[in-house]
Amino acid sequence: MAKQVRREVTLNIPIHPNMELVAAHTASIIAEIMDFEETHIDEIQLAIIETCINAFEHSNSEDNKVTVTYVLTDDDLELKITDHGVGFGMDKTEFIDGETRAEAMQKRGWGLEIIREMMDEVKIDSNDGGTTITMLKKRA
Amino acid sequence: MATSFSVNTRTEDGYAVIQTDGYLNGPTAEKLAETAKDLMNQGYSTLVINLEKTRLVNSIGISILIEIIEFLQEHGGMLHFCHLTPVIERTFKMMGLAQHAEIHPDEASATTNL
Repeated sequence: MAKQVRREVTLNIPIHPNMELVAAHTASIIAEIMDFEETHIDEIQLAIIETCINAFEHSNSEDNKVTVTYVLTDDDLELKITDHGVGFGMDKTEFIDGETRAEAMQKRGWGLEIIREMMDEVKIDSNDGGTTITMLKKRA
Repeated sequence: MATSFSVNTRTEDGYAVIQTDGYLNGPTAEKLAETAKDLMNQGYSTLVINLEKTRLVNSIGISILIEIIEFLQEHGGMLHFCHLTPVIERTFKMMGLAQHAEIHPDEASATTNL
């Protein structure tokens, strides 16, 4: 079996308005290089934007930055977004009753649900030292 | 990817069209909401938002679009969207916008029968 080639790109972005676009644009370029189709590139970009703005709004990170690591393999693109903030309780990550929330046009609190909708796999590790969200998009 | 954002408006008999250009997030969606309210105050209660030049809308931007829908509904108006990318359309449906606003493939179909 041929050995998988693994390439990594790491980006540190400051917590500042519109900096999520830097992470999204980088993801877009990488996904294009990997020959992802246009809709999948949009999905990746939206997932990364939602993850970053979630960290910007809620992490209260003292170092005021978010680290984004892009791991490219032959089969998929893995995105790892880490902040060193306060973390969040896992009760907030519950995937609850989206239809009812949509019916009521609930305005906020959709970020994680959108991320899960856009990506193939999502894993959340959060504690009082920070949060890492790992997301995977498989090549079709 | 540009970070600039602009809105252009056009008024027709009985409706107005707002064309966005750029990323829709909190601040830019607020700008769009102000434009929509100005048009409402001028008597246009049926609005078409053309997102042909907008490729990314984040959840904060969508929450403000929901506020525009609520504002229009309170005043007997209606909001129509056109030229959504598949991802934007999916997100709108997920967050419930599609139940309270009309989604059309293009401006011609959005404005037919208005």
